[in-house]
Amino acid sequence: MSTSRRGFEAVIGIEVHVQLKTNSKIFCADATVFDAADNENTSPVSVGMPGTLPVLNSAAISFGIKTGLALDCKIRQRSVFSRKNYFYPDLPKGYQISQYDLPLCENGKVKFFVDGIEKNVSITRAHLEEDAGKSIHQGDFTLLNYNRAGIPLLEIVSGPDMHTAQEAAEYGRTIRQIVRYLDICDGNLEEGSLRCDCNVSVRKVGAEKLGTKVELKNLNSFRFVEKAIEYEIERQIDEIESGKKIVQETRLYDPDKNRTFTMRAKENAEDYRYFPDPDLLPLIVSDAQIESIRKSLPELPLARYMRFQKKLGLSELDAAMLTAEKEIADYFEAAGAVCGNYKAAANWVMGDLLRELNSEKIQISKSPISPTALGNLILLIDKEIISGKIAKTVFIEMWKTGAPPDAIVQKSGLAQVSNAGDVEKMVDSVLAANASQVAEYRAGKTKVLGFLVGAIMKLSKGQANPDIVNEILKTKLDSKPE
Amino acid sequence: MDLLKATFKQVSDAVQTKKVSAVEVTKFFLSRIERMNPQLNAFIALNSKALDEAQAIDEKVKKNESVGPLAGVPFGIKDMLCTKGLRTTAGSKILENFIPPYDATVVSRLRNAGVTILGKLNQDEFAMGSSTETSFFGNCKNPWNTAFVPGGSSGGSAAAQAARLAMGTIGTDTGGSIRQPASFCGIVGIKPTYGRVSRYGIIAFASSLDQAGPMVSSVEDAAVCLEAICGHDPMDSTTSQRKVPSFSSELSSNVKGMRIGVVKEYASGRIHPDVEKTYNLALEKLKQLGAAIIEVSIPLTEFAVPMYYLIAASEASSNLARYDGVKYGFRADFKDLSTMTLDDFYSETRGQGFGAEVKRRIMLGTHCLSSGYYDAYYNKAGQVRRLMRDQYIEVFKSCDVILSPVTTSPAFKLGERSSDPLTMYMNDIFTTSTNLAGLTGMSVPFGMSADKLPIGVQLTGAHFEEQKVLNVAYALENVSSVKLEVPHVY
Repeated sequence: MSTSRRGFEAVIGIEVHVQLKTNSKIFCADATVFDAADNENTSPVSVGMPGTLPVLNSAAISFGIKTGLALDCKIRQRSVFSRKNYFYPDLPKGYQISQYDLPLCENGKVKFFVDGIEKNVSITRAHLEEDAGKSIHQGDFTLLNYNRAGIPLLEIVSGPDMHTAQEAAEYGRTIRQIVRYLDICDGNLEEGSLRCDCNVSVRKVGAEKLGTKVELKNLNSFRFVEKAIEYEIERQIDEIESGKKIVQETRLYDPDKNRTFTMRAKENAEDYRYFPDPDLLPLIVSDAQIESIRKSLPELPLARYMRFQKKLGLSELDAAMLTAEKEIADYFEAAGAVCGNYKAAANWVMGDLLRELNSEKIQISKSPISPTALGNLILLIDKEIISGKIAKTVFIEMWKTGAPPDAIVQKSGLAQVSNAGDVEKMVDSVLAANASQVAEYRAGKTKVLGFLVGAIMKLSKGQANPDIVNEILKTKLDSKPE
Repeated sequence: MDLLKATFKQVSDAVQTKKVSAVEVTKFFLSRIERMNPQLNAFIALNSKALDEAQAIDEKVKKNESVGPLAGVPFGIKDMLCTKGLRTTAGSKILENFIPPYDATVVSRLRNAGVTILGKLNQDEFAMGSSTETSFFGNCKNPWNTAFVPGGSSGGSAAAQAARLAMGTIGTDTGGSIRQPASFCGIVGIKPTYGRVSRYGIIAFASSLDQAGPMVSSVEDAAVCLEAICGHDPMDSTTSQRKVPSFSSELSSNVKGMRIGVVKEYASGRIHPDVEKTYNLALEKLKQLGAAIIEVSIPLTEFAVPMYYLIAASEASSNLARYDGVKYGFRADFKDLSTMTLDDFYSETRGQGFGAEVKRRIMLGTHCLSSGYYDAYYNKAGQVRRLMRDQYIEVFKSCDVILSPVTTSPAFKLGERSSDPLTMYMNDIFTTSTNLAGLTGMSVPFGMSADKLPIGVQLTGAHFEEQKVLNVAYALENVSSVKLEVPHVY
């Protein structure tokens, strides 16, 4: 796939800030719930009162290691928290505690597919740090909410390995999918629990030297990631072609206008005066700790996507759709295991089930139809107890009542009529009532067969086994010419 | 009971056996503060609930509830330590109205041991100074002669203790801030091993050097107080998990066979003859008591002071960033908000809120951490610091405790050195190494200058060897000619 545009190539690297869903903050016991009242989740430690000290949350460490392993990173047995010094009102201590030169995770990689083509992106590092508070500007003054201050973040830094907006968006989706599989982040871009900052530069195709990069922020959906980068690439090429220089800066994306605009120029690169935080000991993790976390890792989305295709015979598209969310994949696999018919399970999950869930905005984990029940429904079809058409009716009944499918079939008498004697009676009565069509058929107009089948099915209220109907009907029409 | 001479144990026993009430003891010291503090300016805030706290102790005694080993013993606390509901300023304008909603761990442990808090003690602003002259609340005076400084930065603690305005006090020591004023005021002061005492709730100056400790009248009291405040704190990751010995019951003045180290490189300092005399006398006495004197070498000694100022200033520049007028403390008064920028807000607030010495060190530290200088300064200092620590560890294989002077001279006159920061800095030559290497350091009164000002000697011990240091101090105290002396004017 050609990535050049007007003779230029874009180079994109992404920093993803992942809010870890630990119960408490990274350096103190404050709660982390999202919907707390302003400044409710604070304490002397999180607002940086004099003399208070950070104490590292062990859950944040294991979440970090988990993610590092899932991204194929090397986990440092000794990592160090440093202080990143800068003044801003939402930063209570005047410094952010963040891993700097010795991060927890390094040198990983992630693989995904863009339009069916495999793409590999290197992970430079993933490090733990604390989030800052939130400034709410109101005219002449600013209000501060420190609920977010101290929420653990894992910053995942990619190599400058992407060249199109689509690749970048797909990379973001992949990271989101992974952290959701690991259950360490809810991945909500709108609430800011997952934030993507994209570094974008362009250079002449064939040039070695990287162009001046611009950082894009405020991208609260992957669609915006894609659109903002699209816009930015064009903007940078326009600037260069009109003889201007790209300024190193941070730009915000405005989704309404679909353009980026300057937030702050970074011409004088800020000096953060990093140094190891003397309040925290180096973080030491043992081999045993790393190995036990490695063993606890769930099957990752890419592996599952491949297995669904290879072992379960699903198409690329179906496998992608079913592995997009871990809960959906889990549901699908459980239903498939009950009936042994994964193809049918896939169709039911992606079709009827997701349609109902979406229209009623219900999480799959709260589905009124359990995977076992759906599997049993498929079994009823496969054992020819009900037809596919009746199954749709049974499904709706299951959705409404939560009752198991066999109970519904039994109670409503929906079982398929497969008994040859019963079917034959129905066939005979239809043949008797439609003598002219029978004559037409025998005269060679075999098209009327459909009409006759329809009449029999109607008579049986749809419950006659269509295969048996066909078989008996044909035998009678063909072998008994009068 | 003579409350000017009584030990913690005697007072606590008397309170627990109802021979004296905690309220009486507290009243005794409150009245001394009322009478003498105006001359000394040692206390800069008084605890209005002190008598209620004493009353509560008495109530517990009445009900036969357990009250702890320091029951009814009134303490003054250096203003670096946060005290719940009681103004805590670090001697700075920038915190002039800060009332912490929490106690420092040291304070809550003292309370648990039965201590009543009398109030907060004067100090150099953010503990940056050696004379208590940089305090926003005015300088503190030496009770032996009010024309002289009490030392610093814990000058308020030393002065209050020497004048017996409290039974005990707590100081903090980043480069000598407990030991130097203890020496200048003729009291006992110990800076425990780094990691022995929790720093939680103690306003940070230089986090890798700061440590709190008792500033009291006797070695025994120091041991009793240490037992109450030492030990692991889940709120401070840098505290040690080691078990805290029973310092007071293990106290022994038998130094027979102990090896006392004398650091060769310390001899090169220009030392005041009175200080030298006191030091030599201590050495002689220890020899007489059966200790062996061994010469040891710490070749990196000459770098201790520059290293100290680099590291302390660097950490301070970051530690003091939180005082920005946004969340608590002093905020500059802005008449016209519409033209004010965020930079104005910070520079006005911090410019008006910090004193000159604090600003000097913030600038120095900011420079040392800046990109391009970090490796040559902070990083290099850290490397040399580790080497020096190793040299001390090596030396403590051949000796038990190092004896040295505390400072190069006895207390100096108010104003004498405040315009000369470099001389003031060089005064820290004997004390800073202890903090850099994380060792135990102690000052015991052992002599008097010609001007009738106290002079102490310093004992330095290996990591977590407070007991050895206390024991040698105990031996020296026993043979000291200035034992438990109280300034005659009080």
